[in-house]
Amino acid sequence: MSVHLPVLQVVVPLLAAPLCAFLRNARAAAIVAVLASWTALAIALSLLGDVMSAGVISYAIGDWAPPIGIEYRVDIVNAWVLVIVATIASAVAPYMITSVEDEVERRRIPLFYAAYLLCLCGLLGIAITGDVFNVFVFLEISSLSAYALIAMGTRRRALTAAFRYLIMGSVGATFIVIGIGLLYVMTGSLNMADLAVLLPEVWDSRTVKVAYGFLGVGFCLKLALFPLHLWLPNAYAFAPSSVTAFMASTATKVAVYMLLRFFLTIFGAPFSFGVMALDRVLLPLALVAIVSMSLVAIFQVDVKRLLAYSSVAQIGYMILGLSFASVTGLTATLLHLFNHALMKGALFMALGCVVYRIGSVHIDAMAGLGRRMPFTMAAFVVGGLSLVGVPLTVGFVSKWFLILGALERGWWPVAVIVLLTSVLALVYVWRVVEAAYFRPYEGDEGDEGAGEAPWSLLAPTWVLVGANLYFGMNAVRTAQVAERAAEVLMTGVGP
Amino acid sequence: MRLDFFVSQYNYWVVIFLMMVGFYILISRGNLIKKIVGLNVFQTAVFMLYISMGKITGGTPPILVDGGHGGGEAAEQVMYSNPLPHVLILTAIVVGIATTSVGLALAVRIKEAYGTIEEDEINRIEAETEAGE
Repeated sequence: MSVHLPVLQVVVPLLAAPLCAFLRNARAAAIVAVLASWTALAIALSLLGDVMSAGVISYAIGDWAPPIGIEYRVDIVNAWVLVIVATIASAVAPYMITSVEDEVERRRIPLFYAAYLLCLCGLLGIAITGDVFNVFVFLEISSLSAYALIAMGTRRRALTAAFRYLIMGSVGATFIVIGIGLLYVMTGSLNMADLAVLLPEVWDSRTVKVAYGFLGVGFCLKLALFPLHLWLPNAYAFAPSSVTAFMASTATKVAVYMLLRFFLTIFGAPFSFGVMALDRVLLPLALVAIVSMSLVAIFQVDVKRLLAYSSVAQIGYMILGLSFASVTGLTATLLHLFNHALMKGALFMALGCVVYRIGSVHIDAMAGLGRRMPFTMAAFVVGGLSLVGVPLTVGFVSKWFLILGALERGWWPVAVIVLLTSVLALVYVWRVVEAAYFRPYEGDEGDEGAGEAPWSLLAPTWVLVGANLYFGMNAVRTAQVAERAAEVLMTGVGP
Repeated sequence: MRLDFFVSQYNYWVVIFLMMVGFYILISRGNLIKKIVGLNVFQTAVFMLYISMGKITGGTPPILVDGGHGGGEAAEQVMYSNPLPHVLILTAIVVGIATTSVGLALAVRIKEAYGTIEEDEINRIEAETEAGE
C-alpha cells in the first residue's frame, strides 16, 4: 500500500470530486471533501518522512518504466510543497462547511466541493509529477476548477474577475506548453530527470533559450509576478471567502514551485544563473513588486483586496530569495512558501468570519469590530503581525533568511528595502487594526447579528494562527527541511 | 537561399502567423466571445506547432507494417512519424475545449448579470456601481 502513496496523493481527491458531485447533498459532500483533504495531508506527511530518511521516491505510473512512462518523482522539494498544499487544504476544508453554506447557492454546494477537490488534485499533481507535459495537464485541471470556484462569489464582479483570470491564465498555460514543446523538439524527452541530463548538450541552441523565455513568462503569469499580476487582486477580492483563503495560500505557491523545478532542476542552476542571468532579471522585478504593491495595498478600502495586493508583494519576497542565486536565498524562498501560506490562510479566514457576520469587508464596515468579534480580530492581528515579520511569528523567520541571503551576497541596500517594506506592511495592517479597535461600532448596539463568528469558522482559523506562532517559535525543523530542499535545487538532479 | 529558408520552414511561419493573429484578437477586442475566439486561434497555433514537428517527410503513420508478427526488424526499416506529439495534442485539445466551455459559460452568466458582453460597457457599469457604494 505504502508503495502506492505517490499516486494515491493525486487519486484520492480526483475520485472524491465526482463523488461529491453525485451526492447532491451539501453536508455529505462537505464531509467527503474534508476527509479527502485530511487523507491528502496524511499521505503528504508520510511522503515527506520517507523522503527525509530514505531519499528520492520514484513511482512509475502503470508500471511503465521512466523515461517512457510517466514518473512521479518525490524529492524533498516536492514533498515540502505537497505538505504546504495539503496543510492548507486540511485547515480550509472544515472551514468551508459553514462559510460556503452562507455564500454559495444551496443547489451548487456539492458542485462547489467537486470543483474544490479537482483544484486540490491539480495542485498536488503539479507538485508530485516528474513529467513536464503532465505538469501542464494538472495545471489546467487546477486552473479550470479555480475559475469555476472564483465565479461562485456572491457579487457579480466575481464573474468578470474569473473571466479575466481565465483569459490570462490560459495564455500563461499556453506559453508553458510552447516551452515544453520546444524542449521536446530539442531532446525528445518529457521526463524531468531525463531532460536534466539531456539539456546541457544543447545549451547553446537558440531553441532552448526561446523555450526558457516562454516558460518564464508563463510561470510568471501563473505566479502573479509584477507586472503580470493584474488578474490576481480582483480574483481574490470577489471569490468566496474560503476559496480566497485556499487559493491565496496554495495556487501561487505551486506556481513558484513550477518555476523552481523547471529552472533549477531541469535547466539547472548553472544555465539559469550563468547563461540566462535569471537572477539579474528577477531581482528588479521582485523589488518593484514588493515596494509598489505594498504602497498600493495601503490605499485599498476593501480589506480582501488590500490583502490581495499584499500577496503580490509577498510573492516578490519569494522571487527575491530566488534572485540571490544561493542556498540561503532559496531557503528563504522555500520557507516563505510555507510561512506565507500559513499567514495569508489565517488572514483570509479571519476575513471570512467577518463576511459571515457583517457581509462586508469594507474597512469602514469593520469599525469597532475588535470588541464585537474579539477572537476573529485577534486572529487577524496575529496574522497581520506575521505578515509584518514580528519576532515569534513565521513572518520573522522568512525575513531573517531573506536578509541573511542579501547580506551574504553583500547586497545591503536590498536588505534595507526588505526592512523598509516591512514598515509598509505594518501601515496597511495597522489601518485595519485601527478601524477595528479604535473606532466606535457604527451599527445598532443591540444588534445580535454582529456577534462573534461561530466556532466552526473560528476553530480552523485559529489552527492556522496557532501554526503561525508555533512555527515562528520552533523554526529549526522547518528551516532544516527548507535548507535541504534548497540544496537539492541548487545541485540539480542527484544520482 | 533566403527563400529556401522561408519555404522549408513554412510550418513555423504558419504557426507564428496564427499565434500572433490569435493573440492580437485576444488583446484588442473588447467583446468577450471574440476574446474566446482569439484564445482558441492562439491555442490551435500551438497544436499545429506540436503536430508539425512530429511529422517526417515521407514518413508513414506509426503502424506495424507486416501484420505484427516479428515486426521488430521490419519496423526498424520503416520511417514513421512520431506519434507522441499527436497524443499530447489530443490531451491539449480536450483541455482547450474545457477552457472554451468554461469561458463561454462565464460569458453567458456575465450577460445575465450585466446585460452586455462588451468589456468597456462592463467596466463602465462596474465603475458606476463602485462609485454608488
